[in-house]
Amino acid sequence: MFETSTLNARNQQVQRLVRILFLMMTLFLIVPVLIILGTLIVKGSSVISIDFLFTSPTDGMTAGGIFPALLGTVFLVAVDLVIAIPIGISAAIYLSEYAGNNWLTRVINLAIINLAGVPSIVHALFGLGAFVLFFGFGTSILAASLTLAIMTLPLVIVASKESMQAVPQAFREASWNMGATRWQTIRRVVLPNAIPGILTGLILEISRTAGETAPIMFTGAVFFTPFLPQGIFDQTMAMPLHLFVVATQVPGVPEDLPYGVALMLIALVLFMNALSIAFRAWLRGKKKW
Amino acid sequence: MVAGMQPPANEPGAQVEAANIKLAVRDLSISYGRDTALGNVSLEIREHEIFGIIGPANAGKTSFLKSLNRMDMFNSDMHVKGEVLFNGLNIRKLRNIYALRSRIGVVFPLPVGLPMTIYDNVALAPRLSGRKNKADLDVIVERCLTRAALWDEVKDRLNSLGSLLSGGQQQRLTIARALSQEPELLMLDEFSIAVDPVTTMRIEDVLKELKAEMTIILVTNLVQQARRLADRTAFFLAGECVEIGETEDLFTDKVKDQRTNDYIEGRFG
Repeated sequence: MFETSTLNARNQQVQRLVRILFLMMTLFLIVPVLIILGTLIVKGSSVISIDFLFTSPTDGMTAGGIFPALLGTVFLVAVDLVIAIPIGISAAIYLSEYAGNNWLTRVINLAIINLAGVPSIVHALFGLGAFVLFFGFGTSILAASLTLAIMTLPLVIVASKESMQAVPQAFREASWNMGATRWQTIRRVVLPNAIPGILTGLILEISRTAGETAPIMFTGAVFFTPFLPQGIFDQTMAMPLHLFVVATQVPGVPEDLPYGVALMLIALVLFMNALSIAFRAWLRGKKKW
Repeated sequence: MVAGMQPPANEPGAQVEAANIKLAVRDLSISYGRDTALGNVSLEIREHEIFGIIGPANAGKTSFLKSLNRMDMFNSDMHVKGEVLFNGLNIRKLRNIYALRSRIGVVFPLPVGLPMTIYDNVALAPRLSGRKNKADLDVIVERCLTRAALWDEVKDRLNSLGSLLSGGQQQRLTIARALSQEPELLMLDEFSIAVDPVTTMRIEDVLKELKAEMTIILVTNLVQQARRLADRTAFFLAGECVEIGETEDLFTDKVKDQRTNDYIEGRFG
């Protein structure tokens, strides 16, 4: 009664092949990641030391450490988050919870999609025109972070909006039925359940912000400054630009230095992501449905 | 002549009658876009009665409940016409709909255990209305869970997630949550659909007790459940309120409409 027919056998064969095919594709994705990380670790880890992390570059950037760039990038990301989190999450709440299906919503959604599609060099020039020149912030952390924030807002908005929309409608209705207002429902029911997804958006945002070079080149980051940034109106060095400089702009840099800088840039991004991921995991453990 | 058929408003008997009416519905019609879900329903629900609504799917039962606490506000497709008087006040003219909703407890067909702790599920409504005192909340939570016949099963794990309870427990949690609003009207929409028979019986016993304190509307697709619980029952069919009567009358040959009889006898639906 359970003999295998030719059709059964064929189906099972196809199923095995498909599975292997998908596995290969997935592995293919990992290969570049492994090569990049492997190269950086092999060639760059010799450079890294406590001194490297906590001193300034010396000898025309051919020696010394990366402290000003490291600190600058942390600064840029922090200011960017201060700007992007309130705006992005507010917009996401509006779009997910309040916006009706009308022309205004469609225009906003179209604008967000377009904003996400604008190349970073265009954002850079916009930031230069708007924040550095028009608003008079000069080349500063503020101008650079504003530029980064505008560029990365679509990430925050889309991720937050989608995680809020993933909260079952029945939860909202249960809350409304109890006499809760829309805002009470958002605060007590929707947001607590959407926070893991919102954090995913912020993780993407952080990675993107920390790694971008073009938008900060004209707006706040400099090749070299002997001073550490004291406030948001100062210029600063930044990791991605520093990497660009030591890799291509300065003669006589030892071969392993750029690898070390790149390794640290990735480590920095991963470290910041790890913090958010740990926070998210902790929250997920608390909320389940 | 027509006026003479209605008792004059200044007659004492008429006022007593009016005071006993919890909810009066007049010419209520509900439509979604062009589709009519319910047409011209008029009925009155008395205080402290269990009012059953039976009928097959698509009869407009759930839409009827939604219109009673103005949930149409959240659905731009849903249009409601007609009058609903709650305690004699027209709910379509109420400014504070939130106060109206907080007086009406709702229990859905599928249990909605909010993804928060059992305690927080039950304390949500009191908190929404501004009560913060922990001791007060403790009392409310214990009382509501006890009345929903759930306290004994969850008293040792009030801080675990409500959404991890079994289906039947979650439905009792939903009832406890509705009771925490201290509602004047409790609306149950096919509450037993995802609940085992034993739990259903326990909840039914709870409802019989609750009747002393509140008015209950029980929408059910189990004809026998209406018979067990409801004082009066309405039969909805395809957006029409076919018949309203004392529940026992519907199960005897006092039925006025043949369709009611057919449904109750199980000939369709």
